[in-house]
Amino acid sequence: MSYLVIDGISKSFGAFQALSEVDLHVGRGEIHAILGENGAGKTTLMNILYGLYQPDKGRMLLNGEPLHLSSPADAIKRGIGMIHQHFMLVNSLNVTENIVLGLGQGLKSIDFTRHEARIRAMGSEFGLEVDPSAPVWTLPMGLRQRVEILKVLYRNAEILILDEPTSVLAPGEIDAFLEGLTKLQKAGHTILFITHKLEEVMKVANRVTVMRQGRVSDELDASGTSPRELARKMVGRDVAMRISRRSRRIGDRRLQLEEVVALDDRGVAAVDKLTLDVCAGEIHGLCGVDGNGQRELGEVIAGLRPLVSGAISIEGARVDGLSVKERKHLGLGFVPEDRQGTALVLDYSIATNMVLRDFNRPPASRRGILDLRRIAHDATRLMQRYDVRARSPQQLVRFLSGGNQQKVVLAREIDGQPNILVIMQACKGLDVGAIEFVQNTLVDLKMAGIAILYISTELEHVLEVADRVSVIFRGHIAGTLPIAEADNARLGELMTGAGADAAA
Amino acid sequence: MADWLDAASITDMLRTSLRLMIPIAYAAMGGVLCERSGVYNIGLEGMILAGAFGGALGTFLTGSPLGGVLVGILLGMLGAIVLGVLSVRFAVNQIVCGIAINLVIVGLTAFLARLIFGLDATTQTLPGFSAVEIPLLADIPVIGPVFFNHDPLIYLLYVISPSLFWLLYRSEFGLQIRATGENPAAADTAGVSVFAVRLMCVTLSGALAGIGGAYIVVSQVFVFTEHMSAGKGFIALAAIILGRWDPIGSVMASWFFGFCEALQLRLQFANPEVPYQVFTALPYVASILALIGVYGRFKPPAAVGIPYRRESKA
Amino acid sequence: MERLVQIAYAGRTIWAVLAALACGSILFLIAGADPIKAYIALFGEAFFDFFGFGATLVKFSPILLAGLAVALPLKAGLFNVGAEGQIYVGALFCTIAALFLPFLHPIIHLPLCILAGALGGALWALIAGWLKAYRGINEVIVTLLLNYVGINLVSYAAGGPLMEEGAPYPYSAEVPEGLHLPYILPPTDAHAGALAGVVLALVLALLMRYTSFGFAILTVGNNAQAARYAGINVEHQILYAMGLGGALAGLAGAFEILGLKYRLFHMFSAGYGFDGIVVAFIASANLALVPIAALFLAGLRAGAQLMQRAVGVDSTIVDAIQGLVVMFVAASLAVRFADSRWGKAMAQRRANEALVASKELKHG
Repeated sequence: MSYLVIDGISKSFGAFQALSEVDLHVGRGEIHAILGENGAGKTTLMNILYGLYQPDKGRMLLNGEPLHLSSPADAIKRGIGMIHQHFMLVNSLNVTENIVLGLGQGLKSIDFTRHEARIRAMGSEFGLEVDPSAPVWTLPMGLRQRVEILKVLYRNAEILILDEPTSVLAPGEIDAFLEGLTKLQKAGHTILFITHKLEEVMKVANRVTVMRQGRVSDELDASGTSPRELARKMVGRDVAMRISRRSRRIGDRRLQLEEVVALDDRGVAAVDKLTLDVCAGEIHGLCGVDGNGQRELGEVIAGLRPLVSGAISIEGARVDGLSVKERKHLGLGFVPEDRQGTALVLDYSIATNMVLRDFNRPPASRRGILDLRRIAHDATRLMQRYDVRARSPQQLVRFLSGGNQQKVVLAREIDGQPNILVIMQACKGLDVGAIEFVQNTLVDLKMAGIAILYISTELEHVLEVADRVSVIFRGHIAGTLPIAEADNARLGELMTGAGADAAA
Repeated sequence: MADWLDAASITDMLRTSLRLMIPIAYAAMGGVLCERSGVYNIGLEGMILAGAFGGALGTFLTGSPLGGVLVGILLGMLGAIVLGVLSVRFAVNQIVCGIAINLVIVGLTAFLARLIFGLDATTQTLPGFSAVEIPLLADIPVIGPVFFNHDPLIYLLYVISPSLFWLLYRSEFGLQIRATGENPAAADTAGVSVFAVRLMCVTLSGALAGIGGAYIVVSQVFVFTEHMSAGKGFIALAAIILGRWDPIGSVMASWFFGFCEALQLRLQFANPEVPYQVFTALPYVASILALIGVYGRFKPPAAVGIPYRRESKA
Repeated sequence: MERLVQIAYAGRTIWAVLAALACGSILFLIAGADPIKAYIALFGEAFFDFFGFGATLVKFSPILLAGLAVALPLKAGLFNVGAEGQIYVGALFCTIAALFLPFLHPIIHLPLCILAGALGGALWALIAGWLKAYRGINEVIVTLLLNYVGINLVSYAAGGPLMEEGAPYPYSAEVPEGLHLPYILPPTDAHAGALAGVVLALVLALLMRYTSFGFAILTVGNNAQAARYAGINVEHQILYAMGLGGALAGLAGAFEILGLKYRLFHMFSAGYGFDGIVVAFIASANLALVPIAALFLAGLRAGAQLMQRAVGVDSTIVDAIQGLVVMFVAASLAVRFADSRWGKAMAQRRANEALVASKELKHG
């Protein structure tokens, strides 16, 4: 009899069937990896196990007893804790407040001194040291993760669910983190560990459940399998990513940033004297741990965020006084990080989103009058060319999959015939097929002579297509390497700031 | 120099400001709780009015101002519960709900007042509270008469305001409120019931605004008139911001607005040659100027105005 | 089948209004009157009696324009709850233009007076618009507070500099006869303002749907961050939307002066600005539907007097009913088609169909 049993769970969001008849068996004290592509339903399943979502069908058992969870509070009571991929921390509160939040109810005073002492002790026990009185917003992502883990341990959770925990870590930090997991296992915890990275599964997991398109495709022992077999089960076919890596002569400098400084929403310098250039016919990859100023950098280049000091030039001409629209007209394409919040208006149709950045000039409109027929017609053409799968150009973007939404954005930005393309998190949340499509499109654009700045936290995808790789750390470039020299070890050092002096 | 600048006049001005701030201060404290939990309460104006109506109704029925205050609290809470259920449980836009609450209460109280008190209601005055001197404290010069010679609802404010401060910053529930207003998803995953916290805060804010409204009737004018809240709820909204979403700060800000109102009355009385409208507009103008003055310095709770829904996919 | 269910959901506003009227009948019963008789008196007078309908149209003009003044900024995601104040300031500007411009032919003078009204309302709304766009100050609070300031301003003007000599209470001199708006249903008081309002509603609806100007405003209302990314100057759209909204309210004020009152009275608006909020809600901010909602509300207001005489219930009951209408319409927003059991079943069916279709595509 397994410790935790998930039996025939189904869940749908509107018309989208996220999970169908999912089964899962977890033994006490094991590290169980949930492996699957983006959109396979891993997170949805774990959210159900944590009481955040209610399943449409199916049941769960813990220690042979039925597990009914109507809220995370119920899950916590039954000893389940979850560390989300996007941290669930209140940034304005300090570490202790975040950890003790929800522990007690009602009108009692909180004894902060006692809690702080306990948090310190627990931190040193598990190698999760963090200052209990620091406000969360001042902490880097790695430390915030520690707070999340402490929060779960502080509630005496026996089962720990971790959702893509390594995505906020630099390559060098991952091994230490995985060791930490084994330490927790030895302390008697059962660990469910969501990932799409095969090597992590092979390193620490005892058992693996592979998910694909909302179903469990297999459940097996990690020791009796190979990365190749796992990959095939995950994607449903043999995966050799068919990305044709080509290179060409690098042309002139198209985009240049000199000592750029920009503030984040709290008014702290997130981009700090950053200097960078991108040439025609190259893909310049920019990687780094999340939260090191990538978002602000993209926005300041596009004109969405004010430049505090420094200079931004396109083809040698200063553009930092220009508006978003004027920069676009100079040939600057921009795919923002936040696809649903910035790049698209979810309640507009595909056709309307395709002209979002050009609605006030021909062919979308003439003399201020929108040409709705022309807009629909052009959208149909772009949908075919970029393989956007939808019923019609009038369908709302809200109801498209992440991959198709990304294709709408790409279609729009590329159809605007940019000279420079700044693209952020190009593959985030996409399945293998869509990733292949996006990456190949970027290579094609590069071959056509466009200068591409590829900003992403997903190192593996940057390495697939980039010609040069720079690392951003605390708002400035920690180092730049030609692709041939960019290996995980070197990059990992730069990403954690360790190699900053050497490379600078 | 004007004759109202001597010590006795200033004492009197401060005392009047304190009295005039009470409805605003109660509503603002309620609003602070509400917004700290992530819900805009544009309906404060209506809840003050409901409290005033309840104050008149309760006093009318029981013959005692205490009964009035209790009914005022009840009616204020009733309005708040409607707001809470719609905007928290059913995720209807909070501003839409707030405006709706205001309009409903304006209409219902006007109609019910005619029905219950009759047309000549304005001529009959109701029994009310009178000032109770606090021994010893009331004898301190200036401070005594300003703070310690008032009716019970003002003393209640002295108790409630620091209690709310303790509640918000020191208690378990307060931590839940602050977390819910900043990041409801984080609070939810930490095991806090976002709905319960928000509903509780909205309801409490209605109760507080209800006391504020009842105060107008049982301590100031002793009669209910249509729309007698006269925008005090909106001024309270400004006091919340000026008081940095803090229970004590908002009372301080309310005192400023009370002072504007006292000044308005004083100036109007002292300068009959200046049109009175200049002075009646003063508190409203002061509120707008205060909002402009604090621009960019204070940040509202991050999640205020955004309904929380767990399964917000697709 | 699916359409039918969807229509039932889309018509939820109508259900809400009916529910509010049903609740209103409880109020009639409390007041000791027969609700059916009362409603018949109310709506019979308002819509099926010549003079009554004229009275409805008189109220229709300001309510419609105020409704547009709320609904248009709502398109940009802004709550203009200050239409009442904007009506007052618009009326003030209009009166000043009518009384103090040097002699002009009415053909020039009348449009100038109307424009002055629009300008006054626009300026008043732009205070809130500017503070919102460039200072991030909540427009709800500012517009609400400006109502009181605007009303006091007119009160001061009508009782001070503009007051007619020897007048028993505050009002201004009468505007010249040449500036009076034409009647549309003589001998009732209904004036051309009602027609102008309907035309404006339709023009604005087309403007929002078919022009890049409207598109920019809509995009700001849908997702301001995406609008900035689209190269739209968000601050400007906020100013346009608020300014236009204020101008519409200002027009309501101007038409009240030029079409009905002919003088600036203090406290002349019977809360039309607040009725505008109700109208915008009922029409769910759909500009083309605003006239219909406004007609309903104008009828409710106009019929109230006769109802009071017919069944002896105080006409303030209409305020209560109107509040209930808003409440129920707000509550009806909680009913979302996609969340309902029906919506889920329909979505499931569509998904299955799509699955079958895509399989056929692959095999075929």
